[in-house]
Amino acid sequence: MSAFRHELRGVFGRAAAYRRTMRDQRLPSSPGFWRSPLRGPRFTAVFGVVLLVGITLLFVTGLLSYAAYNPDLSPVNDQTPDKGLLGFYLFSWPTDPHWLYRLTQGVHVTLGLTLIPVLLAKLWSVVPRLFALPPARSVAHALERISLILLVGGALFQFTTGVLNVQVDYVFPGSFYTLHFYGAWVFFAAFVVHAALKFPTAVRNLRGLRAEEGDLVPPRPAEPTVSRRGAFGLVSGASLLMFVTTAGRSFDGPLRETAVLAPRGGPQPGSGPGGFQINKTAAYAGIDRRETSDEAWRLVVTGRFGVVRLSRDELLGLPLHSAALPIACVEGWSTSDQWWRGVRLRDLAALVGHDEPTDVLVESLQRHGAFRHAAMRANQVADPRSLLALDVNGEPLTLDHGYPARIIVPAAPGVLNTKWVTRMTFGDL
Amino acid sequence: MRRPTLVRPHLVLGSPLQLLLLAASFALAGYAGVRLLAGDWFQVALWFVGAALVHDLVLLPLYAAADRAVTGALGAVRRREWIPYVRVPAALSGLLLLVWFPLISGRVDERYRLVSGLSADGFLARWLLITAVLFGGSALLLVLRLRRATKQRPPAAH
Repeated sequence: MSAFRHELRGVFGRAAAYRRTMRDQRLPSSPGFWRSPLRGPRFTAVFGVVLLVGITLLFVTGLLSYAAYNPDLSPVNDQTPDKGLLGFYLFSWPTDPHWLYRLTQGVHVTLGLTLIPVLLAKLWSVVPRLFALPPARSVAHALERISLILLVGGALFQFTTGVLNVQVDYVFPGSFYTLHFYGAWVFFAAFVVHAALKFPTAVRNLRGLRAEEGDLVPPRPAEPTVSRRGAFGLVSGASLLMFVTTAGRSFDGPLRETAVLAPRGGPQPGSGPGGFQINKTAAYAGIDRRETSDEAWRLVVTGRFGVVRLSRDELLGLPLHSAALPIACVEGWSTSDQWWRGVRLRDLAALVGHDEPTDVLVESLQRHGAFRHAAMRANQVADPRSLLALDVNGEPLTLDHGYPARIIVPAAPGVLNTKWVTRMTFGDL
Repeated sequence: MRRPTLVRPHLVLGSPLQLLLLAASFALAGYAGVRLLAGDWFQVALWFVGAALVHDLVLLPLYAAADRAVTGALGAVRRREWIPYVRVPAALSGLLLLVWFPLISGRVDERYRLVSGLSADGFLARWLLITAVLFGGSALLLVLRLRRATKQRPPAAH
């Protein structure tokens, strides 16, 4: 009997302790701890809907960027060979319109940066839920909270790796391509289920069909220091600030000067015909100037007919063609169209016996780096604007832009436009 | 008459649709997750979970505490209406610092210069200038507002 009473006291004692915890407003697990009168389901729903649209666009443009590398064409293009079913949607990346990658990747990075304030505001608006007790009301609720780790961790992981990569701060543990691609799928798995579970509620909240109530509404709100309108204004203003100080890095001319804090904003590297953005300098790529001299350098072209070796002068003797094409980087910056002049890739293919469109493997003098080799697909080789460029903007290429010869292909990611080309092998890859 | 033995499992499990969605989500996350963790799994997991923890337990409490310090201090001197004039420029300047910290702090100067051929100087200076403009502009707006308020005050108040 006394044992039973003891047990009973234990149960009630624990219940009382639990109630005390709930009442102790010094603890973040108590609803009373959170005082801001801004918080509430409608406030959160606004950010939620913006992120639903924005992150969906980020995911789609991200998948497009992955496809733009043609990873299924050749192992040298593929940074994630274990992708399995995650590459289910891959397709031959087109060459039209020639600004396609410039647009999709510009949107991906600029929109991502613009959404940072919205993401931070959204996380701030729901932070009381992180500490909410009891930890789970049901199995489904427990699983949903675990899923939120993937959602919040995934969102912050994706935004952080992206923000660090565009600033060439490679502190993350592994290849950016691997982390950002697989990270995107982990995040998206949690994002879709979160959107599916919350979207109906968010819409009801936005329509004002429900009273402003629930766990996000502070039970003892502090005196307001800003209206909700003011808070939305601050977040929109912060997003606008991110946008106007970033978007300019997708254009040359005065617009680039407006990207005051973003990498590749501000002044161009030098002036004159070669004074536009350089993806990787010759110094960074470890190019030895002696290897690019007229005496030393020969382009080795291999195909069905065998091997042809061409000096730069011999290349200049072939039919030359021009194309106005941009450089667009995975980091989100791009140049306006530059005026390239060189030999068509399809003419080089024909030179070694490939009159029908065929793939090409391009190798650079560059000795290290993931993209010292790159493969281009037959549709890219066939495009009359795809060149082995020798000149840009009316002058021979500068060493930083790939002298003696570089690839330039419409709509291809910048890093696939191999510089300091030394060997081209035509044929099915 | 309620029969708790029938009601209870429903309460404990939760919505079956929700469970199905979550199971599908975990399966996909697992499929991508084993690939994400194929390299240095511990470091990657640390970054993934750490990003959430650092945000929720460090960054957010820090800026909330800073905000509380400002609102508290201005409230104590009966200047609550000044709060936005401090909060807005501080938030915008802090956001730029947070996002562009590698460039502003100069920790990637050498690599940035080597990769792009561009000068890495000036990010700190430009951030400081933007911060100065934000706070300066905010101060100017506050002064204009205070002057307008003084002018509109009826003479009887003097």
